[in-house]
Amino acid sequence: MSANQGANGAEVHEVRLTVNGAARTANVPARRLLSDCLRHDLRLTGTHVGCEHGVCGACTILLNGAPVRSCLLLAVSADGADITTVEGLADPDGTLSPVQQAFAECHGLQCGFCTPGFLTTITAGLAATPNPDDEQARDMIGGNLCRCTGYQNILAAVHRAAEITRERAAEPGGRS
Amino acid sequence: MKPSPFRYSRPESVTEALVLLDDEAKVLAGGQSLIPLLNMRLAAPEHLVDINRLTELSYVETANGAVRIGALARHAEVLACESAAAAQPLLRQALRWVAHPAVRNRGTTVGSLVHGDPAGEMPAVLALLGGTVRVASIAGERAIPASDFFLGPLETALEPGELAIDAEFPALARSGSGTGFAEISRRRGDYAVCGVAALAWLGPDGRVGGASAAYLSMGPVPVVLDLTEAVAGAAADAATFPAAAGLARDRLDPQPDIHATASYRRHLAGVLTERALLAALADARETVAA
Repeated sequence: MSANQGANGAEVHEVRLTVNGAARTANVPARRLLSDCLRHDLRLTGTHVGCEHGVCGACTILLNGAPVRSCLLLAVSADGADITTVEGLADPDGTLSPVQQAFAECHGLQCGFCTPGFLTTITAGLAATPNPDDEQARDMIGGNLCRCTGYQNILAAVHRAAEITRERAAEPGGRS
Repeated sequence: MKPSPFRYSRPESVTEALVLLDDEAKVLAGGQSLIPLLNMRLAAPEHLVDINRLTELSYVETANGAVRIGALARHAEVLACESAAAAQPLLRQALRWVAHPAVRNRGTTVGSLVHGDPAGEMPAVLALLGGTVRVASIAGERAIPASDFFLGPLETALEPGELAIDAEFPALARSGSGTGFAEISRRRGDYAVCGVAALAWLGPDGRVGGASAAYLSMGPVPVVLDLTEAVAGAAADAATFPAAAGLARDRLDPQPDIHATASYRRHLAGVLTERALLAALADARETVAA
């Protein structure tokens, strides 16, 4: 991080991040939220911004592998961090990740606004709990709001994603 | 909404942080309570001192009959710490109720104490156990007991220029004592409509020796009640403790808000007192059996 004067007199800080495996740099005022830095400065608009006070979970990203609310982090504070956004979940060849595939199969989304937050949250959740029971699946998504689906298909997608992960691991040449 | 502009400092050591903490400064640790306040413009500090580089404060240590939690230890780290859970099981019992995993991954336990929200779980735990918060400034250090630490909603005894270094939660005196935690919120992870942390112990005769409880969302600060007069001498495996529930209902004076009337909160305090007490006594009996 280094600080300079910006056009409007506010201090501008250089922030270096690794986003979905690529080194990125942004020059931001200290008050820039990480969610806005990703969307506006880095043009990664897959991360959605809902409530901006930590309730809805739409902006959830993985910070050094752990799910966090990007609207409750300052971009300057995340300087040096390794970040995964929804854009980083699929394989480089476009193959959907197990969680994305499960959402498509189970109709785990309707309008799609909350989906990036669910995908990142469940990706990390299944890494920690690969075979969740129903209670653990509910707990995993307890911090994310969805106004369309009524959650049942999302719960089904959690279980299906766990299944797809196992199926892919069992394939010859075992991928995850 | 977005935070209003502020000056930003990111010290690399505690000493540097203490020098930077001027009268206009607010400390940023996990930010899971502070950044919502900034986003909603309910707070607009002139200077933010970000302590996320002070990894020297990331510890969770269990020694000398206490669990000491550094200012940069995240809730998730404390929750995962086996030695902390073994020394003081109430920590893990209560931390499970702190918001959601995504918030616990970033939010710090000491930050939640300093934030001083009467709906917070960890202030009630510190108050019940009689813990202390160690704070430092360029003038020196002091330890503030929980009973003097929480002054009002979002108000603590921390002075401008002071940084909370760590908090000490006394370990549970084994054997024959146990802890329990119960809470009701509108949705999982929401603020508690009412919550109870309980500590109970058995007498030499194997019956209930005494108990105390701390309440969330039942006053401007965590409220600690001694339940001993209502439970002493009761069978340790009793199925109900109506006298303790009644004592809680009589002594507490909750306020109504959009989530609950005062009388509903008082009702919950009675129900949850019994639940937390039953859990604490089950825990206490197990330590004796073991």
